Amino acid sequence: MTIAPPAVRSAPPAASSGARSGSVSWMAWPALVAFTIFGIIPLFGVLVLSFSSWSGLTQDIPFTGLDSWKSVLSDPGLPHALWITFLIMALSWLAQTPLSILIGVFIAAHKRYRGVLAVLFFIPLLLSQAAIAITYKMLLDPNFGLGAGLGWGFLQQDWLGESKLAVGVVIFVVSWQWIPFHSLIYQGGVRQIPTSMYEAAEIDGAGRVRKFFSITLPQLKYTIITSSTLMVVGSLTFFDLIWVLTAGGPGDATRALAVDMYQRGFRSALMGPASVIAVILVLLGLGLALLVRRLGGRDAAESQLEGI
Amino acid sequence: MATVLDNRQTGRAAHAAPPATGRRPKFLQYNWLGGLAGWIWLVVVLVPIYWIVITSFKLQADYFSTNPLVPPAKPTLENYRFVLENHFVRYFFNSVIVTVGAVAPAILVSFMAAYAIVRGSAVSRFLRTVNAVFLMGLAIPLQAVIIPVYLIIIKLQMYDTLGAIILPSIAFAIPLSVLVLSNFIRDIPKELFESMRMDGATEWGTLWRLALPLTRPALVTVTIYQGLQVWNGFLLPLILTQSPERRVLPLALTAFQGQYNINIPAVLASVVLTTLPILTLYVLGRRQMLSGLTAGFGK
Repeated sequence: MTIAPPAVRSAPPAASSGARSGSVSWMAWPALVAFTIFGIIPLFGVLVLSFSSWSGLTQDIPFTGLDSWKSVLSDPGLPHALWITFLIMALSWLAQTPLSILIGVFIAAHKRYRGVLAVLFFIPLLLSQAAIAITYKMLLDPNFGLGAGLGWGFLQQDWLGESKLAVGVVIFVVSWQWIPFHSLIYQGGVRQIPTSMYEAAEIDGAGRVRKFFSITLPQLKYTIITSSTLMVVGSLTFFDLIWVLTAGGPGDATRALAVDMYQRGFRSALMGPASVIAVILVLLGLGLALLVRRLGGRDAAESQLEGI
Repeated sequence: MATVLDNRQTGRAAHAAPPATGRRPKFLQYNWLGGLAGWIWLVVVLVPIYWIVITSFKLQADYFSTNPLVPPAKPTLENYRFVLENHFVRYFFNSVIVTVGAVAPAILVSFMAAYAIVRGSAVSRFLRTVNAVFLMGLAIPLQAVIIPVYLIIIKLQMYDTLGAIILPSIAFAIPLSVLVLSNFIRDIPKELFESMRMDGATEWGTLWRLALPLTRPALVTVTIYQGLQVWNGFLLPLILTQSPERRVLPLALTAFQGQYNINIPAVLASVVLTTLPILTLYVLGRRQMLSGLTAGFGK
């Protein structure tokens, strides 16, 4: 009686695949080695390098303790870069989320248009960020762009030459590329809401606005978390787009963390301080991912993308 | 009996009624606000793309004198000729080499690892750890580790080679590929593995003859997604290569734009040329590509 349970518990693994498991382990090695060399080691390497004053131009790496940390933490450039990063993150979330939900709800309910919209909406995702940035640079050029060609005054501003406008352009271009994608995520979420809930609400006499706020939005909770995580964590790494579009300018108006890191490390040959920024970037990314997850409870990674 | 019939009739009547009166169930009514947003945003998405395409067929001289949104009266291929004469063929092949060279091995090793994780995790602590490492790897942004990667590439004496782009690209394709592929391999019924084992197949044989055919759609999807990532990749080439001979397309695009800033039609022709291969793939394999772009966010 007392002996039986352990015996039962230990039996199945031994019988099914215990003897063979040793023969599959080796298959994981190539991937593990590749990822360790270029993913795991650099993750620790960046921390090590943050205690150096490597120039990036020579092979010798002088270690100087906390010097790089001190110089970065006392540099007013850091709070500025953090602020710009936060600003772009918050504003692009605010610009994308309501529109994406609105469009997602629309596509979900109108099957006839879903195919057409899905196909065309994906085109921005196919273009490289470099190509998108170059296109917008030309499109918004005050002398040669769309505004000048059409003679429309309001389009004819120095979009990338004024601080506030430049931040706005970055947010617009990000939305241009990503709203379609997030709309499709939301339409997947909406289609998983059981129609019986709406029918029940109709019997109770709920109007459309009421239904949207009482059923659709709460039911989309996990979709909102997934989509927001992608937006928020993704916005930390906007580099290609900003670099080609404004190179962090005008002045330092769009100098977000990733751009700041590149400028310090690869333009000013200060790999130590650049590594400090990189460490901050990693911590921020992890912190944000955990925070969004916390806010939304568990299973946030699970998504409802079926049926696109 | 009568009530049943009655119910059925009213049911049918209710079903037939909407078209007659034009009244659909309330939750399917046309969503004007959403529709407006959807169609307006479609225009916002398409106008720049339309502008790129028509402008790339205009002569530079005509560009300044015509309405930018009106297609050219006499389309010209002059810009494309100009772009191709500026070594774009070489950049194109560099991109092809890098993309194929990175994606093919990345998918192979990811597939093997995914197979091992699914088959061995139950009994092997090592494989569970490997799985955890890859899951954590999903959260590592490339930007954050680019400086040590640069150092490693210098130490390997690979700076300014196409291999310098290929190796880190392989590594960073692995975590997501393993995640998606292992989800699919997990769906294969256990009995099939068991019967392969009964027939005396090795794990290696089972990988190729059972898992591969059954997960082919997922493999195609992951390949497309990672291919797009590498093809459009900008940071690795920017930092790990230098000479014009090693340029890949996104980098060539920015260099070209810097050089011929004023020649807008030519720059836009170069944008079209770099995107053309992807667009062609998109038109041919739209279904796979749509699911490929959303890989990892659900199966």
